[in-house]
Order: sequence, then structure tokens, then C-alpha cells
Amino acid sequence: MDTTQTLSPTRQRQRRAQWRRQALTLALLAVGLVAPFVAYPVFLMKVLCFALFACAFNLLLGYAGLLSFGHAAFLATGGYVTGYLLASYPGLTPELGILTGTAAAVALGALFGVLSIRRQGIYFAMVTLALAQLMFFVFVQSPFTGGEDGLHGVPRGELFGLISLNSNLAMYYFVFAVFLIGFAIIQRAVHSPFGQVLKAIRENEPRAVSLGYNVDAYKLLAFVLSAGLAGLAGSTKTLVFQLASLTDAHWHMSGEVILMTLLGGVGTLFGPLVGAGLVVSLQHLLAQSPLGNWVSVILGLIFVVCVLSFRSGIVGEILKSYRKNFK
Amino acid sequence: MTLTKKCLASSIALATALAAGGAQAEISDDAVRIGYLADMSGTYRDLAGPGGLAALEMAVEDFGGSVNGTPIEVFSADDRNSADVGANTVREWVDQRNVDMVAGMVASSVTIAVTQVLEQYDKLGLVSGSAASSITNEHCTPNHIHWVYDTYPLANGTARAVVDQGGSDWFMLTADYAFGHALEGDVEKVVTENGGSIVGRVRHPFPTSDFSSYILQAQGSGAQIVGLANAGADTVNAINTASQFGLTQSGQQLAGLLVFLNDVHAMGLDATQGLLLTTGWYWNMDDQAREWSERYYERVGRMPTMVQAGIYSSTMHYLNAVEATGSDDTATVREHMMSQPIHDFFARNGHIRADGRMVHDMYLAQVKTPEQSEGEWDLYHILATIPANQAYRPLAESQCDLVQN
Repeated sequence: MDTTQTLSPTRQRQRRAQWRRQALTLALLAVGLVAPFVAYPVFLMKVLCFALFACAFNLLLGYAGLLSFGHAAFLATGGYVTGYLLASYPGLTPELGILTGTAAAVALGALFGVLSIRRQGIYFAMVTLALAQLMFFVFVQSPFTGGEDGLHGVPRGELFGLISLNSNLAMYYFVFAVFLIGFAIIQRAVHSPFGQVLKAIRENEPRAVSLGYNVDAYKLLAFVLSAGLAGLAGSTKTLVFQLASLTDAHWHMSGEVILMTLLGGVGTLFGPLVGAGLVVSLQHLLAQSPLGNWVSVILGLIFVVCVLSFRSGIVGEILKSYRKNFK
Repeated sequence: MTLTKKCLASSIALATALAAGGAQAEISDDAVRIGYLADMSGTYRDLAGPGGLAALEMAVEDFGGSVNGTPIEVFSADDRNSADVGANTVREWVDQRNVDMVAGMVASSVTIAVTQVLEQYDKLGLVSGSAASSITNEHCTPNHIHWVYDTYPLANGTARAVVDQGGSDWFMLTADYAFGHALEGDVEKVVTENGGSIVGRVRHPFPTSDFSSYILQAQGSGAQIVGLANAGADTVNAINTASQFGLTQSGQQLAGLLVFLNDVHAMGLDATQGLLLTTGWYWNMDDQAREWSERYYERVGRMPTMVQAGIYSSTMHYLNAVEATGSDDTATVREHMMSQPIHDFFARNGHIRADGRMVHDMYLAQVKTPEQSEGEWDLYHILATIPANQAYRPLAESQCDLVQN
């Protein structure tokens, strides 16, 4: 009963690729489960939140080819809505808070998406930046966000009303689960026919139109999906740190996520994860070292080196050399 | 059998001795650990930053490097003006490095986030860099003390003194967000109570880089005083624009509510001359201050701001309390700190109130003209002293839970 013999060589290659991907995913899953016993859990949670944010951004830039310069707005919306609800309604459980925050980001994503996908390239980036700045001013002015002081004292609460998230370990596994759900959604989307159409649009939009695809609908869906997942990351982050502040809404944050994605490898599944891990660790390690005053300069230099010498990012370069040497 | 019994007996004796020893010297984990958290690379770098760390290290060295034989450890981190970075760093310090006291803290969003973490873990915070008066009002905790200044004396002190000196007609230039509105409200209250009036006002978005139209409106209003209810880069831009438009030369006066020594030094006396401001301390205000500042200058190469001096002063007061009580327990140390008046090169007539506010004499200063200045750092005239009991928000108006109203 040898089934592999009946398969075509292409199908066999696909099988092998799929097997490799599953092995890698399982290995990362094991690392994620053991990690809190090796490293500081709160730091890991931060990495996971930013990794999810970068993955959401990568879905849009890497697969649909849309460079959004306003993703901080979704991160902040998710964070503020979740934070405000959990802080003002003590009966609310954290998972409901996160779902509401994500829903708010989805709604905002739909609104921004409808307005911005009418333009392409640099104009698209500028429209998203402008809309995100608009949201920044809303957050500065609204009384519920606490303005410059930020929103503080968000309780972590009890998951499903049962499990207390006050222990860092419990919180870590919850964040890890949220990350896995988000990551699974992205992986599923990318490897589905929907993902294939997105790639087709990225490569040649007029051709996708001529093949009869409703390009605007696909782009909008990708935008909303990406915004929702960014909101999910923001909501989870608020729960971890028990606060939401203007840092998340600032355009620096939109820039940081671009840095993470490009550094790790745009258009690769694990690239944003590596990029986020690298940027957050660097910031974390440098902040407490004698080089602390130079964090921004060092990150800038790394970015310049990355853009000049390995354009497809860390994971992108590894994949390239793997394909060159082993196939 | 006898051997086992002996073993048991001696181990019990040893355990008792250890427990007794532990109870006597209550300093936890054999070190007093101080974490310094501030903006080391951004906007507030010159206000606190590495210079504040140097002041903290000076305090530890002057104290002798140890308390009753227990060493003092200092570590630091850059909060990058981000509340989650600050809160995360302090949480890690508590979880992994047994920090006892956190000093520094500049951006008020970072401070509020950090003090909540400190309350959760029952550690002490000595806030020196933040401006927001809410830190010891609605956001007060039993786990922090606010040392150098806050917006209440800055607004009230400046406004009252300016009106007393005959500056009764004000034009307010306000940053259009909660912080600016609160400052404007404080100033307006004091000005009208003292017989002055607000003849005009304009609100600018936060942040703004082009102040020309606002400064023109201020010039057109005919007010004697232009009050700047904004902070940081906004204040710097407004002052620079006012200088370019010759606002002070045409007879009007600027009143800055949040202006620091490093801002004046950076903008230069040409742009800032004549500016009225309130400060908690000035390096050249008397012999004691000068003596300390010269030691600081030799080490750092810049004259200290009031925040940097406050970091030294608060750390010294803390270490004295740890020495006196023989403990680094938060409640014990804080109680002792509150029971001791503060008189040093920094604070005059200082004491810590129930809400965690360290009140001390504040000073009304005017920036010198380039002709009057005798050196790079000779920047202020001290015009008047605002007594400690008048400078800060009265406890009767406090919303802090620690105060019985």
C-alpha cells in the first residue's frame, strides 16, 4: 500500500514542504511551552504580543502588497477599548474584554479600509497614516483614555471567571494561546485560495482584475483581517501590562512594526516572529546596558544594514540559501 | 542515636540563631537595591537622564556605599517615555532583582504606571522628574513620594507672583489637551483671584511646530503677560517664535509654566531673556547649593537641573531613613522619612505630607539678559521665595485616599 508512488513529483514535493512546516511549527510550539521556565514570562508575553502585531501587519504587506503606515491605530484601539471596559466594569471577564477590543479594531479597520484601498502605493500609505494620526488626536482628547497620562489599573481578572491571570505563568499560557490562534488564522488565510488571490493581486493587480476577481473586496477583507488581528494583539498587550498609553497610538509604533517585519522577512510566515523577537529583545537588553542611550541609533543602524545587504530579511535570507543549497 | 540527637539539637539551635539574626537586620536579601528609571535617550534626557543617574551615584558614594554594613546596589534603565516599558522594567526588577526603591521617573504616564506596579508589590518609589500634580492627588499610593515640583506650584507660583508685580492682563497660549486645560484653569483661577484678568486665549494642537499665528494673536491682544500653558517641545517652539517676532522687545512678557534650566540653556539667553518661571531649586541660589553643584559639575560637565539635585536629595533622605530604622521595608522607611523634616542643599523647610507630596520652598525666577549673565550657566535671577506652605495644593482640596477629608 505505498501511496507515495502514485503521487506526482510535484505533489510529493508539496507533501515534503508541508511535513517540514509541520515539524517546524511543532518545534516552535515546544519552545513556546518551555520558554517561561527559562526566560522572564512578562518579557516573553511582550514578544508574543508584538509578534502577533507584526504577523498581522505582514499579512497585509507580505501577501497583499499593501503598505499600511497606520497600524498603530488598530493596536491602540484594541488596547484602549479592552482596557476601558475591564477597568470600568469589574464583572467583565478578560476574554470578553479582548473580544470586544478586537471587534472595535475590526470595525475601525473596515472604515479605514473602505477609504484607503481606493488608492495604491505611496498614496495608500499616506491615507492610512493620516487616518491613524486622526485616531491619535481622538485618543489624546477623549476623557476615557486618560490623555497623556494613559489608562491605568486594568485588572487581569479571571479567565472564563475561573482561572486567575494574576500569576505571570497563567497569563503567559493565555497569551501564548491567543498568539497561536492569531497565527493559525494567518497561516490558514495565507494557504487558502483567498491567500493565493491576494498574492496574485500583489504580483499583478490588473491581471487579477482581468481574471474576474473583485480585487477591492479581497483587499478590504485582508485589511480588515489584519486590523482585527492587530487589535487582538493590542487588547492582549493591555491585559498583560494592565495599562494602555499613547505610545501604542503614536506613528512611531506604525514604524516599529514595519521595522520588525522587514528585519524578520516580509512575506514569510515566521519572519515577523523573528523580527519582533529581535527588536523587542534588543530594546530590552540595551535599555539596561551602558549602551542604553544608543538604542534608537543601534536599531537604525541594524535597519540600514538589513535594507542594504539582506533585503528579504533574516528568515527570507535563510529560506533563499536553503532553496539554493538543498534543492 | 546520640549522634542524631546532637545533630538535631545543633541544627535547631542554628536555625533559631539564623531566624533571630534575620529579625534583627531587616534589610532584605543582604543589599539595599536602588533602580534608576528615566528617559535616557529622548526628550527628557537633559532634564533627568544620565545626569540624574550620576546624582544618584554621588548620593550613594557620599553615604559611604553601604548602610550599617549592608552594601547599596544601583542599576538603571531607559524607559523611553513609554508607560509599558517603564512598568515592565520595574516589574522585572521586583521579580528578578529584588529592587527596594525606584528613583527618577519623568514622563507622568510612566510614573503613574510604575507607581501602580510598586503598590502591587509593596516597594517604594521616589518620583523626582514628573510634573503632573495628579501623582499625589487622584493617583496617590502609599508606595511613592513626589519630590521636586509639580504643576500646581508652577502655575500658582508664577501666576501669583506675576500679578503681584503688576502683570494683571494675561493672554493664555494653551496646549489643547487635558494637561494644558488643567494648567490654564489653575492660572486663570489665581490671576482672577488676585485682581488680574485674562484678556484673550488661544489653544494650539498638541504637538505644534509653527507658532507664528498664535504669537501674532498674543501680540495683537495687548496683554502685558503671555502665559504658556504647555510643555516640552511646544514651550521651546513658542518661546523661539516669540523671540523671532520680538514679543519681549515690544514690551510684553512671557510667563513659562514648565520651563527648566536645560531648556533655557539650550535656547540661549537671546531667546529666553526676561522669561518668568517658578523653580524648585537653582544651582546658584546660595552657598550650599553652589558647593554641591560645583562637585556635580566636575563629575558631569553640566550644571544640575532641579530634578537631578532632587534625585540626590531624595536618595540621601531615603538612605538616612534606612540607616535609622535598620530596615528596607517600604512602610517602615516611608513612615520614618515622613517623620523627619528635610533641610539640605536642595530643600528648605521641607517635609513629606500624608499624600506623599514633599513640600518645600519654591522660587520665582527671571531669566537674565545676555549682558547680565556672567557665564554659560549663569541664567536666572531669583526674585522671590514662595513659602512651602503656600506653594503646593492644600491638603483640604486633595482627592487622595490617604488624606482624611
